[in-house]
Amino acid sequence: MGVEVLVLILIVFMFIGSLIATESGDLLSSVIAIGAVGFGLSIIDLLLRAPDLAITQVVVEVIALVLLIRLVLTRREESTDTPRDALRIGVVLLAAGVLLVAIFLAVGGVETGAGMPTFGEPVLAGSRTENGVPPGVAMDYLERSTEETGARNAVMGVLLDYRAYDTLGEATVIFVSILGAYALLRKVGRRKEVSQ
Amino acid sequence: MMKKTGMTLIVKNVAKLVTAFIAVFGIYIALTGHLAPGGGFAGGVILAAAAVLMVLAFGSGASRKLVKESQCHTWDAAGALGFLAIALCGYIGGSFFLNFLAPGDAGTLVSGGWIPLSNLAILVKVGAGLAGVFLALSAFRLSRSEE
Amino acid sequence: MGVAIYLLTFALILLGLYTIVAKKNLVKIIIGVLIIEYAVNMLLVLVGWRRGGSAPIQAGESAQTFAAGAVDPLPQAMVLTSIVIGLGLVALMVVMAIRLYEKYGTFDTDKIRKLRG
Repeated sequence: MGVEVLVLILIVFMFIGSLIATESGDLLSSVIAIGAVGFGLSIIDLLLRAPDLAITQVVVEVIALVLLIRLVLTRREESTDTPRDALRIGVVLLAAGVLLVAIFLAVGGVETGAGMPTFGEPVLAGSRTENGVPPGVAMDYLERSTEETGARNAVMGVLLDYRAYDTLGEATVIFVSILGAYALLRKVGRRKEVSQ
Repeated sequence: MMKKTGMTLIVKNVAKLVTAFIAVFGIYIALTGHLAPGGGFAGGVILAAAAVLMVLAFGSGASRKLVKESQCHTWDAAGALGFLAIALCGYIGGSFFLNFLAPGDAGTLVSGGWIPLSNLAILVKVGAGLAGVFLALSAFRLSRSEE
Repeated sequence: MGVAIYLLTFALILLGLYTIVAKKNLVKIIIGVLIIEYAVNMLLVLVGWRRGGSAPIQAGESAQTFAAGAVDPLPQAMVLTSIVIGLGLVALMVVMAIRLYEKYGTFDTDKIRKLRG
């Protein structure tokens, strides 16, 4: 019970931090608040028994903070906010909220095992599990990853042996996004800027 | 931006001592990814964080003399090609991406087929890519403030 | 308790969506994308948690006890790649925002839309 209460408190902390990041007038305060949200997420990863994610989330958060602060140092204060079309925003949010709740409930809700599983009891489907659960792969990965792949870390075995094709796709996505950043930062080949 | 490059003397001396440790720590986490938490992605991002520390402490001009941006491009592409080469070598075993090296005894460093090699390729790719983007971004600010 | 945790995660997704739609400042839009990314990663890890489970790293026990007590490794593997892709995304968005600021002199999307360099 203690872990669930801690996770709930940390999610409330993340929510309040996101509210501060969204509504603050000073851009530097928003960036620092989103940094706190990221570190809260890393602690949640540690509580939910995902140590690889916690390590990666902390360092990614630090680098993202450095990038965002470098962006914010050009201009700090936010320009005055004339209110947008409140009706349109309200309709968009209502539609999105209804869609999310409908997906949550219509695939079985929380109590039955067909949709979103009860928090704390995952649907670890193997090829041999019964009681109406459709066959899956997670239990097989857990049972056979050490002898088949030789890696004690089951997450690494899944990422780099059973699901290595997805890792190739992920390396491609990172490559393309970094290429895009390089291409936007070049000075060679740009047309001369007309003086404004 | 600031007129003198980099930060104060204390920050520069501490950064000189600590950057090498951070880089070695990143490589360690990537190489022992199959035994302990971590892996190639965490190690690559930690290596990029060492490069970010160097750029922040010494200023972008001095850092670009030390690590040229073309080197980062080369290592980035080499990491991606290395990962693809490991995947194509799976044809030795029979099909694309088949783990053709022996699993070995679980728990030792040399185990898990080509998982340590893949972790190394991903470390090089992610680390060099993110370090290169940060170098280019800091240099861009520098040349813009000169206009 | 589990329902409250899931509903709060959905509320976080909606908050990120509100930030992207309703804010005019470019930095706030980038922060909204970050909020959605954190919330979705957290939702995936929440689904795979087992009460009383251990981390998916086998420490020398037999395969049966390990498989009966570990949390789900599949969502963790997918979220690991998603976190690093999110960092590449933030780098690309920051570079785009800096170029827009250099060309138009402001972060305000209403003014950028009017100027049309």
